[in-house]
Amino acid sequence: MNPQSTPRDTLITGIGLISCLGEGADAHWAALNNPGGFRPVLEAEKFAPYQVHPMTALELDKQIPKRGDQRTMEPWQRIGTYAAGLALDAAGVKGNAELLDRTDMIVAAGGGERDYAVDAQILSALPAAADPGATLNEMLMGGLRPTLFLAQLSNLLAGNISVVHGVVGASRTYMGEEAAGVDAVRIACAQIAAGQSDLFLVGGSYNCERPDVLLHYEMGRLNWKRPFAGVWGRQAQGGGLLLGSVGCFLVIESRAHATARGATPLARIAGIASDRCNRAPGAATANATRQYDDVKSAIRPGEAAAISAASGAPAPTAEEAAFLAGLNMPVRGIASAIGHSLEPAFPAALALAALSVAKGTLFAPLEAAEAAMPGPLKQALVTGWGHWRGEGMALVTEA
Amino acid sequence: MAQSDLDAKGRPVVVVTGTGVMTSLGQGRDDNWRDLCAGKSGIRRITRFSVAGLKTTFAGTMDYLNVPEPSAPAMSQRAAELVIEEAITEAKIGSKGNFPGPLFLALPPVEMEWPQRVALAAASGKNQDITYDDLLRAATTADFSPYYRRFLFGSVAEHLADTFGTKGSPIAISTACASGATAIQQGVEAIRRGETEVALCAGTDASVNAESLIRFSLLSALSTRNDDPSKAARPFAKDRDGFVMSEGAGALVLESLAHARARGATILGVVEGCGEKSDGFHRTRSSPDGKPIIGCMIRALADASATPDSVGYVNAHGTGTPENDKMEWLGISTVFGDRAPSIPVSSNKSMIGHTLTAAGAIEAIFSILAMRHGRLPPTINYETPDPAVPVDCVPNVARDVQVTRTISNSFGFGGQNVCLVVGVPG
Repeated sequence: MNPQSTPRDTLITGIGLISCLGEGADAHWAALNNPGGFRPVLEAEKFAPYQVHPMTALELDKQIPKRGDQRTMEPWQRIGTYAAGLALDAAGVKGNAELLDRTDMIVAAGGGERDYAVDAQILSALPAAADPGATLNEMLMGGLRPTLFLAQLSNLLAGNISVVHGVVGASRTYMGEEAAGVDAVRIACAQIAAGQSDLFLVGGSYNCERPDVLLHYEMGRLNWKRPFAGVWGRQAQGGGLLLGSVGCFLVIESRAHATARGATPLARIAGIASDRCNRAPGAATANATRQYDDVKSAIRPGEAAAISAASGAPAPTAEEAAFLAGLNMPVRGIASAIGHSLEPAFPAALALAALSVAKGTLFAPLEAAEAAMPGPLKQALVTGWGHWRGEGMALVTEA
Repeated sequence: MAQSDLDAKGRPVVVVTGTGVMTSLGQGRDDNWRDLCAGKSGIRRITRFSVAGLKTTFAGTMDYLNVPEPSAPAMSQRAAELVIEEAITEAKIGSKGNFPGPLFLALPPVEMEWPQRVALAAASGKNQDITYDDLLRAATTADFSPYYRRFLFGSVAEHLADTFGTKGSPIAISTACASGATAIQQGVEAIRRGETEVALCAGTDASVNAESLIRFSLLSALSTRNDDPSKAARPFAKDRDGFVMSEGAGALVLESLAHARARGATILGVVEGCGEKSDGFHRTRSSPDGKPIIGCMIRALADASATPDSVGYVNAHGTGTPENDKMEWLGISTVFGDRAPSIPVSSNKSMIGHTLTAAGAIEAIFSILAMRHGRLPPTINYETPDPAVPVDCVPNVARDVQVTRTISNSFGFGGQNVCLVVGVPG
């Protein structure tokens, strides 16, 4: 970690964040600093007994002007394409063909929505079908909208960002839940630091308001079904995931590039690392400890806070809470505020860290376990442990 | 590091020291190469699932792959294990369960499939009017946690990282039909920036199931020549009518030249350059001016500090769809100019079909083998030339030619274009 600034420093120059708390950095900052204390935004009816943090209402025309583009996408792509547009706007890159032509992109993505009605019709028809294979074929051939495939493919969020916003440098999509979000940012930063790129759009999106993802985590017995509790507070009652719909993209660029085009950086990613383990007890802590040891000399005691993307899943969240408690700094678990969002969870934690560093203050506690931080904030340590695998950490400092 | 260990741009030279391949032709690099040069087709009628009512009833499946509880991720994982094992054995690197570098894995998107949905529906106890609410209620009536783990997007790469002991967080890549090439590109970039000396790059795809086939079919992307599957894939021919969905896997051990030399490894090929240019024109169609495809080939050559004149062979993306082959020819004819009609450009997909996310890795390996053996695999089923695509596609019979530099193209839905330049050891 080099405390001196260099031309290859990786700076965040644009944030595009949408969630249940609203649209854009300002809306998030306001909701996180509500004078009456933090109040969660939940949808408790639509998927009862499951609660989710729903996506705020979006005026899609603002970022996806063509109705044809909007129609072609499913919600997860609209969320991501919208957030990408916000980030490009915030960084002053939007509509600048010269910059967009060489803006590289890494998207952390899962996959798209299914046609739930067609699935239900097929599942209902199969038990009585004389030839289930033939019935399945016939109903899929007749029932699926041909372009639905393009709304499901993992790399078609990136594809839509290319089509809608004209981001046409390199385009890579990483799969793999939370770890994909960490590695997307890590590799973008590594490419910038090594001079392989100057300008990146990095992030992901997640739509939790769909039965197939609730089903997935229900099969893993990971959904939280009790009354709302924060991500740390849930642990005393067994822990669990409260999913949230989130779109988050960051524009990250080299200091030299940002300076040359007169962009205003929000913060610097001064270090970022990822690793994996088999999650034997203590193994994730060992990874995080190694990551922390690499940045610890750069951390200024009393001026740093930890912003965690902890999922709420019992074992890793409990282990991460213990690890964070050992750092002696205020902690915020952002899943309490925006829900857990898998791929964009770590980018969103980075976004809120960058925002806090840019404001020079940490946002208010989200639950009883979190301490207030009255003094100024200069740095934020961001942690992102996957609910199943993957451990990530970044140090965000003043630009 | 000796001067010659660096390329003209001062970066570490990246070499290939191990390869592993499996396709519908069979398992193993040598058998695949023999069949490929003999012009053999691996495409056959589908027996894995009912083809009743389907417009396309054939594919290039790896029917010999036995996996308990088969699903696209389970079979893709098994195929990846086999080709990685072959590549590591050839490279003689690391030790069992301890590969000394990161994993870059191209694989198809993951989602729960019909057998699992049907099992959940059965567990719900209902046999009519079944909805996702019923599946949700059924999800905890028995232990469905194996489904949860299997259908995580990260599960295949995580399992492979456990099995082979690769280092760091594994990168699971999806850039559609360019994924395999992207995996190699990511490995090259990591070695060039000094992050690692060694990388394991693989592409795997065993996703031929009813719904996947139907999805491509509904986009009118597949050949419908059901009468003779082995003759269905017709890249560059006038009567080409779509690609053939196929399965396969390829793995490469990449190393810095300095590292390979220091340990006395046999160098099979050099990844000299990578080029990439996305296309924002349309989700499935190339920009009509061909600029992204042209740009991607030009960038790859520039990255390799090479001129078009030095390229002796193009291992084409060559899917056999009317659109792809026309656009690829536009790219090749623009980049190579007057020389274009005389450069051999063949498509492995005429024999093994389109192995989708694995294609870029498999075809990069075949490109290396072509240079090592001095033999270019043919484009089979080429009976009717297309006057609009006057390409020397090495028609029907392999050709013995010594080539020292090859371009391998990969293009995918979502405007993904990747081009690799591979050469022979210096």
